[in-house]
Amino acid sequence: MKTVLRYLKQYYGRMSVGLLIKITGCLLELMLPYILSHVLGNIIGREISEIAFWGGLMILCAGLGCLCNAIANRMAAKVSCDFSEALRKDLFIKTLRLSAAQTDRFTIPSLESRITTDTYHVHNFINRMQRLGVRAPILLLGGITITLFMDAHLSLVMIGILPFLFTAIFLISRKGVPLYAKVQTSVDGMVRVVREDMQGIRVIKALSKADYEHRRYDVVNRALVKDETRAGVIMGGVNPVMTMFMNAGSVAVIALAAVRVSAGTSRPETIIAFMQYFTQISMAMMSVNRMFVMYTKCAASAERIAEVLNAEEDVTVESKESYPDTLSDAHIVFDQVTFSYKGKINNLENISFALSKGGSLGIIGATGSGKSTLIKLLLRFYDVCHGAVYINGEDIRTIAKDRLYGMFGSALQNDFLYADTIEENIRFGRDLTHEEVVRAATIAQADSFITGFADGYGHMLSSHGTNISGGQKQRLLISRAIAACPEILILDDSSSALDYKTDAALRKALSENLQNTTVVTVAQRVSSVKDCDLIIVLSEGRIIGIGSHDVLLSSCEEYREISESQMGGAFVE
Amino acid sequence: MERGSDRRVKQDGKTTRMIFIRLCRYVLRYWYLFVPAIIMTLLANQLSLLGPKYSGMAIDAIAASGGVEFDIVWDSVIKMLLCYALSATMSYGLASLMIVISQKIVYTMRRQLFEKLTTLPVPYFDVHPTGDIISHISYDIDTINSTLSHDLVQIMTSLYTVIGSLIFMWNISKPLIAVFVVTVPAAILFTRYRTKKVRPLFRKRSRMLGELNGYAEEMLSGCRSIQAYAREEEIGRRFNVRNTNSMEAYSEAEYYGAAMGPTVNFINNLSISFITIFGGILYLFSQNGTVQEGTLFFITLGGVAQFVQYSRKFAGPINEFANILNDLQSSFSAAERVFRILDESSEQVDRDNAIVLKDIDGKVDFKQVVFGYTPDKNILKGITLTAQPGKTIAIVGPTGAGKTTIINLLMRFYDVTEGQVTVDEVDVRDITRESLRSAYTMVLQDTWLFCGSIYDNIAYGRENATPEEVKAAARAARIDSFIESLPDGYDTILTDDGINISKGQRQLITIARAMIADSEMLILDEATSNVDSNTEIKIQEAMKSLMKDRTCFVIAHRLSTIRNADLILVLQEGRITEMGNHDELMEMGGFYSTLYNSQFH
Repeated sequence: MKTVLRYLKQYYGRMSVGLLIKITGCLLELMLPYILSHVLGNIIGREISEIAFWGGLMILCAGLGCLCNAIANRMAAKVSCDFSEALRKDLFIKTLRLSAAQTDRFTIPSLESRITTDTYHVHNFINRMQRLGVRAPILLLGGITITLFMDAHLSLVMIGILPFLFTAIFLISRKGVPLYAKVQTSVDGMVRVVREDMQGIRVIKALSKADYEHRRYDVVNRALVKDETRAGVIMGGVNPVMTMFMNAGSVAVIALAAVRVSAGTSRPETIIAFMQYFTQISMAMMSVNRMFVMYTKCAASAERIAEVLNAEEDVTVESKESYPDTLSDAHIVFDQVTFSYKGKINNLENISFALSKGGSLGIIGATGSGKSTLIKLLLRFYDVCHGAVYINGEDIRTIAKDRLYGMFGSALQNDFLYADTIEENIRFGRDLTHEEVVRAATIAQADSFITGFADGYGHMLSSHGTNISGGQKQRLLISRAIAACPEILILDDSSSALDYKTDAALRKALSENLQNTTVVTVAQRVSSVKDCDLIIVLSEGRIIGIGSHDVLLSSCEEYREISESQMGGAFVE
Repeated sequence: MERGSDRRVKQDGKTTRMIFIRLCRYVLRYWYLFVPAIIMTLLANQLSLLGPKYSGMAIDAIAASGGVEFDIVWDSVIKMLLCYALSATMSYGLASLMIVISQKIVYTMRRQLFEKLTTLPVPYFDVHPTGDIISHISYDIDTINSTLSHDLVQIMTSLYTVIGSLIFMWNISKPLIAVFVVTVPAAILFTRYRTKKVRPLFRKRSRMLGELNGYAEEMLSGCRSIQAYAREEEIGRRFNVRNTNSMEAYSEAEYYGAAMGPTVNFINNLSISFITIFGGILYLFSQNGTVQEGTLFFITLGGVAQFVQYSRKFAGPINEFANILNDLQSSFSAAERVFRILDESSEQVDRDNAIVLKDIDGKVDFKQVVFGYTPDKNILKGITLTAQPGKTIAIVGPTGAGKTTIINLLMRFYDVTEGQVTVDEVDVRDITRESLRSAYTMVLQDTWLFCGSIYDNIAYGRENATPEEVKAAARAARIDSFIESLPDGYDTILTDDGINISKGQRQLITIARAMIADSEMLILDEATSNVDSNTEIKIQEAMKSLMKDRTCFVIAHRLSTIRNADLILVLQEGRITEMGNHDELMEMGGFYSTLYNSQFH
């Protein structure tokens, strides 16, 4: 909550002004019962014009009160909008900057809901707090103050009720509010079953598993009903209890007033004012109750937002003293690299190789053998545990982020296209001319299908590029990767959806047009890597073969097996 | 969050009435709970309406000219306490009862909706995004829930309170009622103004917020790429344009929204001011003798007090009315969306004389099959093929040629437009869906596992599978050693989207599930393309034994997988352009041979 409230600090000035206006407005409203009782007291001997004057004053107070409250509410709304805009902006940027390890820990869906739902909850709360949240205390304090002047004894009744009221609400809420957290978990569980089943509808139908799924759903459905009923029944007690106490208070006022009027120490019309204050305050209290539920939601959300905002940068640029340059003049060097995601098993172990500028590297191996992990280390999504990765002789931990990523063009596995034009998807927010975009697309064999669209490069992609085929997506991603003529091009399983013919044409165009670019290709097809200068065969995080295609065919049994299974064993040159 | 209002569907009076009647039917199913609820509502309100009456009596007794009449005061005080205590108890009972009722209804609706969903034909899910369906089963039903549990009581209470307060006020002083001639129309006019002016702004606000959230979600899914290209600043800038726009729309709506509460209060206070003026004058005349007791204009101090109390009670619901109407409207649209799904036509029932497939040989024929997902575009344009029992049929061709469509027709997820598909010479439309589908084992491109143990996910393939069979299947799919290496073994819970295991391992688990199903025919849809070549070799061995004596349809990009097929079909633009075994096709020198050769040169 603290981290998030820090964002509110810059608005304290505006909030104070708003608060002052709000207080004025509430005080004006509080004048009404006072005037009412004043008019009705000593009525005998009053002129009609006098009554009309006081009545007019009431209308004036009501009108001014309305104006003040409206202005204060508008200011509050503006403050909360500005606040959440600033908060959301920082949160989003921070989220984009999280290291891969941090993103893994938070998970993407969770980060999403932090930016959307959680900021929304906090925004809502900040807004309501400034409006309803302060109104109730002002009415309460103001009411008590005014009644103290009117009749201190009767006022004590009002004050005496409060501890009971607050204790009761506190007890109920303490029991009820945690139940809402449980409800949320149950909702998630229910939604998960629905999502799973909608995605797996073909499997369910193929196996005729509808009844099984009905039973599975019934379990989560019942759990949700049970939790919701419990939370509702407990929290449902707040309003009746509150109304009961406030009403009991007004009854006590009448009883006490009877005694005091009889003794001549109080006047009957005072009771009317008191009854009014009770009504006004209890109405405001109802909203406090709602605020309570909102606060718990907001606090949880604020906590989740703060977790992200306070996450420390764990991929920092280090000094050359701690990570000195290497003497090798190769473009990319992996020097005895060992890496583990979770510290238990090594996902990569003792990986060493050197690749000269303009050279090409192919990486092949089984699923889970560490191919993509190697790429992630090269891109410094993660830091190595042992050893070092060098580019142009510099340890990548000493290279500033902008400079490091400026060297790369990468088309990663399951990479990302977004709802915008094809041209913009290739350009990806960089300063590239239309000609550069077209050139990249032509090399990536994408130009032909792009110009096939009526609107060509202006063709809109849907979110995640769902309106084009897998092969077209991959070609756009490759276009993006080569558009800025990178020093190093990374193709991580990025042509798997292409047919062999297009794949071959692509490879030819790449080698012709990007002669100075060092290319790293990860693939499962031998045909995609067989022309590389250097091929690494990975198995369970270790290099089990390294060399050119011909060398590996004779030296590495696994490579030969893969090659034969894909080429067809009968084919011998 | 802010949903529903945006997608509000215009309803005419008739559909609204139909929805209302349908909702009532759900409520009436629990009439034995609902009738007590109504009685409790009436009682609770009557009791709370009596409160001000007794307080007025007490005030009159206190203000009596001959000194305080204590016996009346005590009497009133006790009655008030009783009324309030009973009213609070009733309200609580009522609130709890309504929660119970609404939860029963919501449970039923959710169950009906879910069970309906599982009977809908596959095309429904190809057209409707999962997110939409989820929002129906969670947000929409939630909206209905809050109407049932809260608004329903609120409506009953409001009606009773408005009429009740009016009667009480009428009894206290008929002339003072005239005050409402001014304030009630003012409230109604304001409500109308508000509806017209503010609602579009709030709709815009929801829309902008939706766009903002959509953008954030989309960009986050690509956060690694954004980092790899160091585009954080640029994307952040674009996000903030949407952020600012959305917050401007929010402010704009709030600018008017912020005045609502105070204005409603003002109209309330206006009533009280008028009552003070006119009530004060009437009270003055009553006190100084201008107006006689028992005449129309006579009023006591307690009377004025009561009148003020009742006027607050009276005005409350009238001001709330607009809100409730709003709630009701979005609830009706929500109900309409839910009912629309419930009214979707389910997968057609099997024909009356549909047979149950037994002792299957496994001969499958496509006879002049024409099919399109939409009437205007045919995907398959006259497919004829014969799959002999126990043979392997490989289908190859570019994306969009109609390979997946053939599977949809084999499994009868869709029915042919023209021609027919037969199994053992019986038209598939004359076979029960369940027996037809269970005749096939299917391994699809998208691995589908649910959140549950690995054991349950494998055993899913067949009812009553024994642990030995599950383990045997895992062994056959070459995944047993991996499973046993996990700390929890077969009891390992697969979390959402199976993040704790790799894609290839997920694939192997679905293969194990397919193996345990042990059906007469097999469908493999690019199933092996997620698995690396090394593992694929192992799977192929397992598959080979599984495919033995089974009719098998394979769709894969890898020609090596297909090479050994008995029959290879080359599918291009919805037509079979080449057909034969590997050697025959290579000799033909067509598309297949080009494709095959491109792998080597």
